[in-house]
Formats: sequence, structure tokens, C-alpha cells
Amino acid sequence: MPKAPAGTLYRGREGMWSWVAHRVTGVGIFFFLFAHILDTALVRVSPEAYNEVIATYKNPIVGLMEVGLVGAVVFHAFNGLRIVLVDFWSKGPRYQRHMFVAVGVLWVVLMVPFVIRHLSHVFGG
Amino acid sequence: MTAVAEAPAASSVVPSFQVTVRLRRFNPESDTEPRWEDHTVTMHGTDRVLDALHKIKWEIDGSLTFRRSCAHGICGSDAMRINGRNRLACKTLLKDLPLDKPITVEPIKGMTVLKDLVVDMDPFFEAYKSIMPFLITSGNEPTRERRQSPEERARYDDTTKCIMCAACTSSCPIYWTDGQYFGPQAIVGAHRFIFDSRDEGAEQRLEILNDRDGVWRCRTTFNCTDACPRGIEVTKAIQEVKRALLFRRV
Repeated sequence: MPKAPAGTLYRGREGMWSWVAHRVTGVGIFFFLFAHILDTALVRVSPEAYNEVIATYKNPIVGLMEVGLVGAVVFHAFNGLRIVLVDFWSKGPRYQRHMFVAVGVLWVVLMVPFVIRHLSHVFGG
Repeated sequence: MTAVAEAPAASSVVPSFQVTVRLRRFNPESDTEPRWEDHTVTMHGTDRVLDALHKIKWEIDGSLTFRRSCAHGICGSDAMRINGRNRLACKTLLKDLPLDKPITVEPIKGMTVLKDLVVDMDPFFEAYKSIMPFLITSGNEPTRERRQSPEERARYDDTTKCIMCAACTSSCPIYWTDGQYFGPQAIVGAHRFIFDSRDEGAEQRLEILNDRDGVWRCRTTFNCTDACPRGIEVTKAIQEVKRALLFRRV
């Protein structure tokens, strides 16, 4: 506990939070890729060991983590396109907030059907 | 005489209300860490945050320290963090803030706090100096004025409005963690000359901003654009400088 109450969090808007989310999803995806390359490389060591490791993924907890992974990748992809437009389209900075809303809408449109289908596999057997 | 007689009647029309101001205070002589301090004052519907600070300083605690000069949004002295966002205290009306909760007033982030709401602005002005904020020309001085078309003038109109209050620079998350970054204000200052058709120092300024701590540190969080009390599209200006560097086209 700090001796004095800390200063307040800066109340940034969509731009700041999209940047925070982009960082968090980016670092998260990096760690996934790290593990992913390791487990895929295992097939070169022994296909049996690979199968054993992949089998441990088939449980509801990893199933839910996969929802998080797809959510992070979808957000990172669309927000990345938004950043490209902010960088290279002369009107991008003016429409960044609209583009952020578009990222959110596209995220929901893609995630809802995916989550329904994915979770029915995970929990439906 | 008429004006004097009418004044009390006019002020009674303006609603008054109780405001709690939560100040972030720091006295370098006695405090090791900043602390919060609450003051409840009666203010009017026409008052600004600066008026509440004045009332506290003049009537309750004279040791409260903050900067302000013109008090009309031009000198750029009283940028502070009001309810978590960088604002000018003299341009923020109390009635526009949620008054059921205390109004938090903190010094701007990313610079050393000297006392209460006063921060060390030296690094900020050093960054501005380093982009050479003056007209650079070559050859003989023209006998008459340097001519410019309205279109050429419009090219950099937005960035001429800067009052150097540091609201943008101290709202930038990159600047909070890396004080070496030039910061949005210095780039706005450079933009004003880079895109001025009369100026010939664009290449030099672009070279300075091409540095590791130059425009490329910008992560387009748009905090600067939201914070600017002059309504400058700061991030847009930074992006224009980036594109000028990428495509070598001013």
C-alpha cells in the first residue's frame, strides 16, 4: 500500500485504450506463438510426444483460452488496419474514432458465430 | 451608478452551488510524497476551475501554488489535470463537470512536480528550442514582405494556434515513460515551419525529428488531440510530419 493515495489514472479516450488493448493483445499473441512454435517443433522430435502434448489441450480450460486467443487476434488484426489507415490515409486521424467503432462492430460480428460454434465443440463433446 | 445598482441583481440570477475540489498537493520542504487535500467552496454557475483555485488560495490556504497569468486561455500557464484529463483551469467551467463528486485537480504528468500544481517545464521548452522554432531563409532579404498565397498559409494554419501550455505533451503515454521523446508540442512547433512555404529549414527540422526520439515514437493514442485547449489536431500534424519523412514531400 502506498503511503499517499496515488494520482488518478489518465482518462484517455478510444485512442488511448485502443493502444493499450493493441499492446496487451500483441504481447499475448507473442507468448502464444512462442508456445505454439515449441509444441509444433515437437513433431520433429517425436510424433508420439507431439500427439501427447496436443491431447492435453483438449479440455474446457484451453477451449476458453482459445476464445481469448481468437478474440485477441481478431482485435489486433482490425485495429492494426485502423493504425495503417491513421498512418497513411490523410483523413485517418480525423476518423480514428469512427474506425475504432468499426473495429468493435467487426469484432462482435465475427466473434459471436465463432464463440457459438467453438464452445458447442468444447462443451458438446 | 446604474451599472453598480444592477450588478447584485444580475449575480443573484446566476445559480450558486457547493463544490468539493480534491487537490493533489506537494510541499518539497515537508512532504516526501504528494497527498490529496479536499476543500469545499461555494461557487457560481459562471465560475471556472481557476476561480475555485483562486478562492481556495485567497480565502482558505495561501500556500496553494499554481501557475496562471492571463486567465483567459491564451498564455498557456494553467494546464493541469482536471478529473483525470489535461485541461486549462481557466477554460473549464465548473458547471460542465459532474458536481456530485469531488473535482480532482492534479499537476500535469511526465514532468517533475516542484510544488503543488507547478511542474518543471524546462525539458518541455528545451524540446521546443531544439526544433528551431524560427524562420530559416537563405539569400538576400526581400525588400518587401515575403509573399504567400491563402492556400499556402492554410497548409499550416492549425499548428499556428499553439499556446505552449504542455497539455498535449503531458497527456502522451510515450512522454510519461520516455522523457527523451520530443513530445507532441515540439512536433506541432516544427510542423508550423516545415509546411510554411516561406521557410527553407524543413530538411533540417525533418532530420531532427527523424531521430530515435522523434516522430517515430508517436503511437497515435490521440490523447494530445483530445487534450489540446486550442483544438489543434495534434496527432494529424504528427502524422503529416511522418509522411513528409517517408515520402520526402512537404
